Amino acid sequence: MTDAANKTALLSEHTRHEIDHWVAKFPQGRQRSAVIAALRAAQHQNEGYLTPELMDAIAEYLDLPSVQVYEVASFYSMFETDPVGRIHVSVCTNISCMLNGSESIVEHVEKKLGIKTGESTPDGKIFLKCEEECLAACNNAPMMMVDHKYYENLTPEKVDEILDGLE
Amino acid sequence: MSQGPIRFYLDGAHVEAGEGESIWDVARRVGTSIPHLCHSGRSGYRSDGNCRACMVEIEGERVLAASCVRQPTPDMKVHTQTDRASDARKLVFELLMADQPEREQAHDPESEFWQWSDKIGLAASRFTSRPVVPPDQSHVAMGVFLDSCIHCNLCVRACREVQVNDVIGMAGRGHGSKIVFDFDDPMGDSTCVACGECVQACPTGALVEKSLVDEQGRAWARELKNVDSICPYCGVGCQVTYQVADDHIVAVQGRDGPANKERLCVKGRFGLDYLRHPHRLTRPLIRREDAPKDAAGYVDPSNPLSHFREASWEEALHRAASGLAGIRDEHGGRALAGFGSAKGSNEEAFLFQKLVRTGFGSNNVDHCTRLCHASSVAALLEGIGSGAVTAPFTAVAEADVIIVIGANPTENHPVAATFFKQAVKAGAKLIVMDPRGTALKRHATHVLQFTPGSDVAMLNAIINVIISENLWDGDYVARHTEGFENLRQRVREFTPEAMAPICGIEAERLREVARCYAGAGAGIIFWGMGISQHSHGTDNARCLIALASITGHIGRPGTGLHPLRGQNNVQGASDAGLIPMFFPDYQAVDGDDPRARFEDAWGTSLDPQRGLTVVEIMGAIHAGEIRGMYIMGENPAMSDPDVQHARRALATLEHLVVQDLFMTETAFHADVVLPASAWPEKEGTVTNTNRQVQLGRAALDPPGEAKQDWWIIQELARGLGLDWNYTHPRDVFAEMGSLMPSLAHISWERLEKEGFVTYPCPAEDQPGTDIVFGDGFPREGGRALLVPAVPTSPAEVPDAEYPLVLTTGRQLEHWHTGTMTRRTAVLDELEPEAVASLSARQLQVLGAEPGGRIRVTTRRGEIELTARCDNSVPDGAVFIAFCYAEAAVNKLTNPVLDPYGKIPEFKYCACKVDVLAES
Repeated sequence: MTDAANKTALLSEHTRHEIDHWVAKFPQGRQRSAVIAALRAAQHQNEGYLTPELMDAIAEYLDLPSVQVYEVASFYSMFETDPVGRIHVSVCTNISCMLNGSESIVEHVEKKLGIKTGESTPDGKIFLKCEEECLAACNNAPMMMVDHKYYENLTPEKVDEILDGLE
Repeated sequence: MSQGPIRFYLDGAHVEAGEGESIWDVARRVGTSIPHLCHSGRSGYRSDGNCRACMVEIEGERVLAASCVRQPTPDMKVHTQTDRASDARKLVFELLMADQPEREQAHDPESEFWQWSDKIGLAASRFTSRPVVPPDQSHVAMGVFLDSCIHCNLCVRACREVQVNDVIGMAGRGHGSKIVFDFDDPMGDSTCVACGECVQACPTGALVEKSLVDEQGRAWARELKNVDSICPYCGVGCQVTYQVADDHIVAVQGRDGPANKERLCVKGRFGLDYLRHPHRLTRPLIRREDAPKDAAGYVDPSNPLSHFREASWEEALHRAASGLAGIRDEHGGRALAGFGSAKGSNEEAFLFQKLVRTGFGSNNVDHCTRLCHASSVAALLEGIGSGAVTAPFTAVAEADVIIVIGANPTENHPVAATFFKQAVKAGAKLIVMDPRGTALKRHATHVLQFTPGSDVAMLNAIINVIISENLWDGDYVARHTEGFENLRQRVREFTPEAMAPICGIEAERLREVARCYAGAGAGIIFWGMGISQHSHGTDNARCLIALASITGHIGRPGTGLHPLRGQNNVQGASDAGLIPMFFPDYQAVDGDDPRARFEDAWGTSLDPQRGLTVVEIMGAIHAGEIRGMYIMGENPAMSDPDVQHARRALATLEHLVVQDLFMTETAFHADVVLPASAWPEKEGTVTNTNRQVQLGRAALDPPGEAKQDWWIIQELARGLGLDWNYTHPRDVFAEMGSLMPSLAHISWERLEKEGFVTYPCPAEDQPGTDIVFGDGFPREGGRALLVPAVPTSPAEVPDAEYPLVLTTGRQLEHWHTGTMTRRTAVLDELEPEAVASLSARQLQVLGAEPGGRIRVTTRRGEIELTARCDNSVPDGAVFIAFCYAEAAVNKLTNPVLDPYGKIPEFKYCACKVDVLAES
């Protein structure tokens, strides 16, 4: 097996299929455009976080220098590069949410879960993301996102209900 | 599409912008200074317009514009000095200054940032500073102090767009964004190759040479003297500025030379402290009576007095010269031989060969060109009548297709490689052909990792496709070549299908590559030792010449044949006649006319018989034919094939004079050792791989009693009875000019003024000719000769006892036999021990662990060293660099020679590997 094949072997068949799907959407030679989709697929394959090896595999697969992949992964808040909890909880703290009390929501979540933002619960269930920039739900601020689902018009009680209901 | 110059107004004056020029470019050209930080203005750097230090006001526009990225339009009115523009620029500096360490604590208080702050009259900032960022001092040569970083991303462009190493990135976002190495690794652990381009580009001192700061990262307060010269390492010939303090070269900056455009590599930038290594020889040495010569003998370079005693120059020179004269008088001049050096100047090379020819009285003079490109030169002289390159490597910028075969430029010609990588980024196709998967592979369109030693089979198949598919350039072939029919007949049988099993590349791939190169508008071929260092090296090069000739890829922009020269002056030393069959400028010693000319010029009769070559001389010593030698700046005891044979030869010499910087493995066997000067201690000219003759200047004096090499050669010449009275290298250069047509119109004065001139040069007031042979070749009849080659197997192929292929070469951090670089703190720390590179699978088959000890054995000897996993090496092969004295791979190599170039087969012999038990 060649060196390159060794590297890309880390990507599951499903991930590769997903990347191919995205690469096909862009003009030939512009496979770099598929890097976000590739990172998303690789993160999904690896219990919610990326490793340098996975990013190298993506770089090899898309024929990019590794550093270009690292840059993108470090830029976007939806990519994690350390092991984190299974369920991603992120509270929006941008202007509208802040004006409507998101700081006390963050405080409440931290207290309830016993962790600070950027940390995961010891059982590996919940990851409280550092901060989230505007998620475009200002009309119903404050809000938070649990994995890909929006919860709006939050109160401490509503937060308890949401978090208690997570499996 | 050119629209001609654009006329606009700059501060009220009418100015013109050329194609692609920004407002900032025009301002600089007309002498208007506009501050700049993220814009370097240097060759190869794209402007980015992110720092806003160069804002100007444009009439009719609401907002200010960044002049470095703004192209002028006709009649645009630009103002650089209005209050609005000046205030905006000053505020940018004030905001940035808030985050900088105090100037007294700065990593570079003379950085561009501080110099511009001075110019705009800013000393302090009203704003609060950011939290302290800890330094990263993990790299041996460079410090990373992000407390000074202004996120201008010049280092990112330096690493990714100029040197194309792709290590530095800008990670994170917003306030959290930062410069990172790989995935935010410490710089010392990253894949950084330490070219230092980022350090040279950084405008604030966030990235600095460690040699310029103390342990806390504060700049040393000391005056640096700048000396413009040339790098001493490879054939690229980078122009440098040595920065000198306290009798040491403390830093090196790249200058805007024709071959480097301010770029350098790790050796040139961080590898100059060998000059002041404690092992440096500073007094002449004479062998002690009680220290007999011994082929296996070892002299501790830190204490040569175990075998030698110190002597005065007078005594040492007398001993050296009288020993040589005695042998000459008793046994004739052919009983003596000399090895000159490709690491010295043209003038030294010229004097050395003149000494051998007129002082010894024979043509037994050679140098390491024999071990690198002798076969290439033999093929080139035969095929196109000239051994030099037909185009500089910078011609890649105009090439559509670039072939790199048997060369590893990212390690051996790193600055040349940056031009290749940039050309690929700009759209050129790169075809890499090498049994090893070199680092260039990542940039290549086609990678042919062929079976070692099968070059001729593969290249013949490609020629076969070009002819059989009618892809050849009939017009060019008819006008500029001879022997095409013969070639066509001879390659007919070498179809891709027939050659595929031999070279290991599928027939269809061979066809694709043939079509790619032949179909290019402009194709250029580069090669290195992977072509030349074979017993069929000349045949390999003949194939490349045929390939370029039948496709017409010679003599136009973006085309050519370019054997990448290894040593800094191997082109110049060869031109200067440091070879046994030619006087200067390749004038045959056995030709009556040239000999008469040189006899006339030098006022003496000259030996009409060709001399012996490097490896032949060792044989002649064993045969008792050669009894005495003079070796200047060469180390055959490390660089010859089957080096034990060479060491035994050296030890049997009646008289050996060695002139060098250190107690080399060759000097172990000397009778007299003369302490010489290093390149940065000399004045002289050197000729690089591009035929550019460049002037080097002395940055330091030789230490102790060490002397200039030209002076030593002259003193020995006088001791041999010659009446030489050169007073300076320029006298020698003048004599060379009178005897070497290639140096026409290149005077010492011109070099002092212009820094370099490419030969051939048509007139004193014209630049030299980069691309030659557009209108024919310097052969009788003016045509290139197509010489077919037949695939032959390497001389020693693997068998049951020795099942693996051993191949040798160099590595990025070390130079040749390691005499210099292993005495360089940075380089030796980066690569401190001898390693053998094998693929992961091969290691597994052998039961060896990466990092474990192995023994590599051939029919000639064995060495023990550390195994390294390197999947660029094909299964079944072992790669070892020849720089490690403690595991000298040339103890193992096969001394079989190419019949034309007399070059040994360093690239191929059979070996076996045993795993050693952990001690």
